[in-house]
Amino acid sequence: MFADFDFKVILNALPYLFLDGMTFTLTLTALAAVGGVVLGTLIAMMRLSGIPGLPQVAKIYVNFMRSLPLVLVIFWFYFLVPYIGQWLTGAERPIQVGAFSSSLITFTLFEAAYFSEIMRAGIQSIPKGQAAAASALGLTYWQSMGNVILPQAFRNMLPVLLTQTIVLFQDTSLVYVLSITDFLGAASKVAQRDGRLVEMYLFAAVVYFTICFIASLLVRRLQRRVAIIR
Amino acid sequence: MNYNWNWGIFFDLSPEGTGTYADMLLSGLMWTIVTALCAWVIAFAIGSVVGVLRTLPSRAAQAVGNAYVELFRNVPLLVQMFLWFFVLPEVLPESWGTWLKQLPNAPFYTAVVCLGFFTASRVAEQVRAGIQALPRGQRMAGTALGLTTAQTYRYVLLPNAYRIILPPMTSEFLNNLKNTSVALTIGLLELTARARSMQEFSFQVFEAFTAATILYILINLVVVTVSGMLERRFAVPGR
Amino acid sequence: MTSSAMPPAAPAPNPASSLEVPPTGPVTAPLATPAATQAAPGTPMIAIDNVSKWYGDFQVLTNCTTATRKGEVVVVCGPSGSGKSTLIKCVNALEPFQKGQITVDGTQVANRKTNLPKLRSRVGMVFQHFELFPHLTITDNLSLAQRKVLGRGKDEAVAKGLALLERVGLKAHAHKFPGQLSGGQQQRVAIARALAMNPIVMLFDEPTSALDPEMVGEVLDVMVELAREGMTMMVVTHEMGFARKVANRVIFMDKGEIVEDAHKEDFFGSPRSERAQQFLSRILSH
Repeated sequence: MFADFDFKVILNALPYLFLDGMTFTLTLTALAAVGGVVLGTLIAMMRLSGIPGLPQVAKIYVNFMRSLPLVLVIFWFYFLVPYIGQWLTGAERPIQVGAFSSSLITFTLFEAAYFSEIMRAGIQSIPKGQAAAASALGLTYWQSMGNVILPQAFRNMLPVLLTQTIVLFQDTSLVYVLSITDFLGAASKVAQRDGRLVEMYLFAAVVYFTICFIASLLVRRLQRRVAIIR
Repeated sequence: MNYNWNWGIFFDLSPEGTGTYADMLLSGLMWTIVTALCAWVIAFAIGSVVGVLRTLPSRAAQAVGNAYVELFRNVPLLVQMFLWFFVLPEVLPESWGTWLKQLPNAPFYTAVVCLGFFTASRVAEQVRAGIQALPRGQRMAGTALGLTTAQTYRYVLLPNAYRIILPPMTSEFLNNLKNTSVALTIGLLELTARARSMQEFSFQVFEAFTAATILYILINLVVVTVSGMLERRFAVPGR
Repeated sequence: MTSSAMPPAAPAPNPASSLEVPPTGPVTAPLATPAATQAAPGTPMIAIDNVSKWYGDFQVLTNCTTATRKGEVVVVCGPSGSGKSTLIKCVNALEPFQKGQITVDGTQVANRKTNLPKLRSRVGMVFQHFELFPHLTITDNLSLAQRKVLGRGKDEAVAKGLALLERVGLKAHAHKFPGQLSGGQQQRVAIARALAMNPIVMLFDEPTSALDPEMVGEVLDVMVELAREGMTMMVVTHEMGFARKVANRVIFMDKGEIVEDAHKEDFFGSPRSERAQQFLSRILSH
């Protein structure tokens, strides 16, 4: 069983696992979360707008993304992004985009659908009177969104947004299917090379668990604090 | 866009010799559905028990329930998949491990068990939320009538809680269905895996993925429709 | 009445008249310093002309016509669901209406060319539920629109806000958040927030009906002072004491119609319609 569990394998792989793998994972998570929240907020605003057509477009986008498995979407964009790049730039042949850019685009567009549902709930949770008061003071739509509605919606939804970011952090492990060296990818490469699957996958599980568990504890504490202020 | 579209590709024979590319995708669809349904049975059973544990007055029961949910929620599904598939046979007593490794169709059983345990943690969350959303008087009324705790759950709390959580359970089922695609990493030949191999064999990337996309959307529509029917079927009159 | 031919608010015949100091102005600095208007005293500041509004098939306003002249205080009352709040919200286009015309200081509210934010910045509004912005301090609540809409500098906006806060007796609370104030205090801040924009007219939508009884007085006191300074006001309220004290006219609405539009003395003396009589007796009996 665990008699020949070799900690040295893990120890030796640590620099590679964290400097290469975890750096990639965390950077991808952070950038995709920011991009996803920004895009998701815009989609939520479209969905709640009164301009004919916009709510439908937003709804179709969100439902479309949410019906597909992330793995399929990762494959889609991996093959599609070069063609889109070619089309946008008018280049001769499909543009080669790096694994990182491709993953970032994928996760931003995919998570935006989920973040938009959160932001929609957040915007709807703000009493109608707030928008009326902002208009009555002469604020334009964008001013009232930027100064009155969104700051409150964002704050009410912060715990949910952060929880979704933890999900995103876990989801980034799926870039494994593109043989990218994220944290799990790095662990997997060491595992295959040294024939140490048990050590490496258990260690990866422990690391993911520790990070996600602590992060979700912090989110819960934040949630209680937000609840008290309100 | 200099991409050569060929929508007729679906009727070409696949190099696997088991029929056309269309057959290949449909077989993938079948495995996706079968895996999702089997995993859901496990998820529903374990999830209900764990969810109930978390609402019991006993501190120990709550702790067990919470530990389960935290454990399965805080490790990425893909890592869990690897643990079940690569690690479990190694850490079990040797004869068991060998038996596991020699199981025919191991990716399927692994995927079902892994997804079942994983989804159970999410079902447990919904069940707990559903029970806690019920008025507190319901539990007291059950107790006051002389029902045991088990009877109160069986006849009063759970029937109501399941009705409340039907909509979120539908999206959990859909998540479960989409998550079957993660099992392609351990060799399950489900829909996404088949679209991927069609792409590798035929180089018709976008046709393959478009077909898979349409199939996923269709299953989503079916599930949502069925769930709506269930909701009406089990709706409590006057509520 | 189908024609909507209401003469637009006349431009001030005598330019000096808009600089006129309100006759009953208090000795201390006034609460309100309205921006210059086109309207001379006595000309309609708010002209509501034959306005009708529907929610789907349901008609909420039917041919409402009335006017509020410069310096006038008009109280709008009526049973709940009578459309009085809807009518006042049409004045600054928070609610759209399908028929008729509303003109504020010569600007047509429903005209697509009207710059609504600009118009609204000149029309102060106080809401039933205060609607202070809970994520901003009192100071920021007072200065936000001054800076974003009027383009005032931060120092100027804060100074203006603090001055008004002092006038409503809440200067000590400037750094707090709305949730830390009582309802009455929040509503006084809301009035100060509206006044900070130098409005030419103030709309009040049931400003005291969400307040605990012991807090009604402090808000009404501020409103009375404002009225005495000569602010043009349209007030939806059930506070008949307030109406008796400072109103020039009282409008009674029922089922989306203006049933009675009379001078205060006439309204409280002998309301013509039976519905108004019933309403008054119910409201005044306790």
